Amino acid sequence: MGISGFGGVMPHSRRVLVDRRRWLTDRQFTELLSLGQTLPGPNAVNMAAILGDRFQGWPGAVIAVFALVSAPLAVVLMLAQAYAHLVHSVPLARALTGVAAAAAGLILATGGRLALRMDREAWSWSLLVLTFLAVFVGRLPLLWVLLVLGPIGLGLGWLSVRREDRASRPEVAP
Amino acid sequence: MRPSLGGLFLRFCGFSLMAVGGANALIPELHRQVVDVSQWMSSTEFASLFALAQAAPGPNMLITSLIGWKVAGIPGALVCTLGMCLPSSTLAVAAGRLWDRYRESVWRRALERGLAPLTLGLVLGAGCHLARAAGGGWRGTLVVAASAGLAWRSRWNPLLWLAGAALLGATGLLS
Repeated sequence: MGISGFGGVMPHSRRVLVDRRRWLTDRQFTELLSLGQTLPGPNAVNMAAILGDRFQGWPGAVIAVFALVSAPLAVVLMLAQAYAHLVHSVPLARALTGVAAAAAGLILATGGRLALRMDREAWSWSLLVLTFLAVFVGRLPLLWVLLVLGPIGLGLGWLSVRREDRASRPEVAP
Repeated sequence: MRPSLGGLFLRFCGFSLMAVGGANALIPELHRQVVDVSQWMSSTEFASLFALAQAAPGPNMLITSLIGWKVAGIPGALVCTLGMCLPSSTLAVAAGRLWDRYRESVWRRALERGLAPLTLGLVLGAGCHLARAAGGGWRGTLVVAASAGLAWRSRWNPLLWLAGAALLGATGLLS
């Protein structure tokens, strides 16, 4: 799965795990995905660790992570070695400028799309903008940003979940 | 100054636990530490490594492996990859075992909802950092915008226009 996922392994892993092998139902995959994304660390690696552990305990987790990472790592290191030999080649440097710009656009689109899908609440947008300003304009250390904005986000998220639960609960007649 | 392998490992263990929402959310911090603070490489080199990682198949955390490679060769790549995976995977296994018990917990949902804006702010920050690091002047900015538009609208494989951008760059149009 690692090696067949260009531009992230998620779409492919869904095809294999749910459609082809039926190791997971659609719902289980979505839950696994949301868990992998909520936890810190690389999402796909988190998912592999959880899945490996669920099927075969911690040895399964180790093997799943190793299997996911090792082949792509080997490929990217070969590319890197080739790049090191050609580092003074002008066309290669220029080509990489193009790829880097396109890759930046890709990330912006991913972030933008997810941001539009986020709950349209004032607090979440303010938090998003604050985080962006802190790391892009202020260039503040991520640890500070997380220590300050993380608890605020957690608190506001808690309030929002509570509000939603209260609104969806059927009214009890007095 | 070149760091020791042990030092690299510990540093990336820290990165692993700070990557809320995935490896892309970590890019602004990686850029700050690697380019601004430690000066292991220039901003352009950082962008090139990111481009390499993006052009290769696999999870998008490979940028951390390439940073390790740049700083300390193949051993550096291995150490950074391990550091990036070990703490977060351990946490993930623990969380996975608790998952069933806390599936409907208010705190779990609060965590998911409360951290999403942070993650997205970081990812958008990552995109802007990379766009600036890539360079290429106004033509470079045009490529960033075109790629974002394609990713937004079309269902083509991104490799297609990454390759297109490589060709465009190689002709010298962006320098």
